[in-house]
Amino acid sequence: MLLILFGVLVFHLIVLILLIVSTASSKWTVESQGHSDLWYNCRSHSQGYRCSQASNEDWIQAVQALMILSVVFCFASLIAFMYQLFRLVKGGRFYFTSIFQILASVFVMCGAIIYTIMRPDSHRQYGYAYVLAWVAFPLSLFSGLIYLILRKKE
Amino acid sequence: MLTVLALASVVLLGTAPEPSQAISIYTSWERHALVGSDIRLSCTFFSWHFVSEDVSFTWRYRGDGSRDTISIAHYAGGEAYTDNKGPFKDRVEFVGNPKRRDGSILIKNLDFSDNGTFTCDAKNPPDIVGRPSNVRLLVFENLPIQAGVITGAIIGVVLGLLVLIVVIYYLMRFLVARRVFSLNVSKHGKKKKEGSQQRQLWTPPPLTCYPLP
Repeated sequence: MLLILFGVLVFHLIVLILLIVSTASSKWTVESQGHSDLWYNCRSHSQGYRCSQASNEDWIQAVQALMILSVVFCFASLIAFMYQLFRLVKGGRFYFTSIFQILASVFVMCGAIIYTIMRPDSHRQYGYAYVLAWVAFPLSLFSGLIYLILRKKE
Repeated sequence: MLTVLALASVVLLGTAPEPSQAISIYTSWERHALVGSDIRLSCTFFSWHFVSEDVSFTWRYRGDGSRDTISIAHYAGGEAYTDNKGPFKDRVEFVGNPKRRDGSILIKNLDFSDNGTFTCDAKNPPDIVGRPSNVRLLVFENLPIQAGVITGAIIGVVLGLLVLIVVIYYLMRFLVARRVFSLNVSKHGKKKKEGSQQRQLWTPPPLTCYPLP
């Protein structure tokens, strides 16, 4: 029982870390001379490395917002899990935890989809932050579903 | 006693420290405008002296990529003079109120060639030492959305909806518990406050009759 609890918690923390790294890292697109999105576009010139703010187009701001919201909801789900762990009645289900985690996964999915479709240059490579976002989506969905079927025992 | 105080304050105010005085000129840092629109560039100053009759304002312009600075507006001796030969011919108008320390100008019908830096210099004799202030003008075809506006809006709306839903949820539970609404709450066993019993629909206690001894 304690092992299941520990495993679920570690899984949740892994998902949270993936989401945070994917949101904060500015490497959604990489190329030979630099990387860009979600927050900075960095280029390496002959004189050195130069970073500028990412373009403030609508869709980039939407992706930023969705990624931030997914991190917020994943964190809220962790808090709800802690709360419901000690306050839930016996036999109850972790509804709030599950709802927040599933919402977080939906937001990550929406953010990743918007970024994939609206990206202007299709010949540049995807960076690791983009890959992490797509990896975090099924993991967070799975984590949310686990909370749905988990029941608090005696 | 009061007259002594009044005289002393007048004397003190009249002999304000001379060397630290300088005129401070204020303009915006950067202005954005659409092509074809008009824009009012404001310039105000602060001076320790009253506004004199010889107050003067001078507006200069340096285009992006140009190294020359040209004068486009000048106010002195109660008269305003504007550009009548240069790129701002008949387009600039002095709309400030010098008596109120305002030396603003209005530029009409903006074009992309008006991108540049405008400098306002004000002199209020005897306060003539000051640093002119610059305002950058950026002319756009479409005004771009500032970074972070949409991001903040989306986050705010979603979190606000979340708070609203949670509040409505707890309100409904509170109202159902107070029996304002008659919902079936017997299966409602998810989250409980500490120490409270599971609430069920009120059922009348079973009546039993005991035979009288």
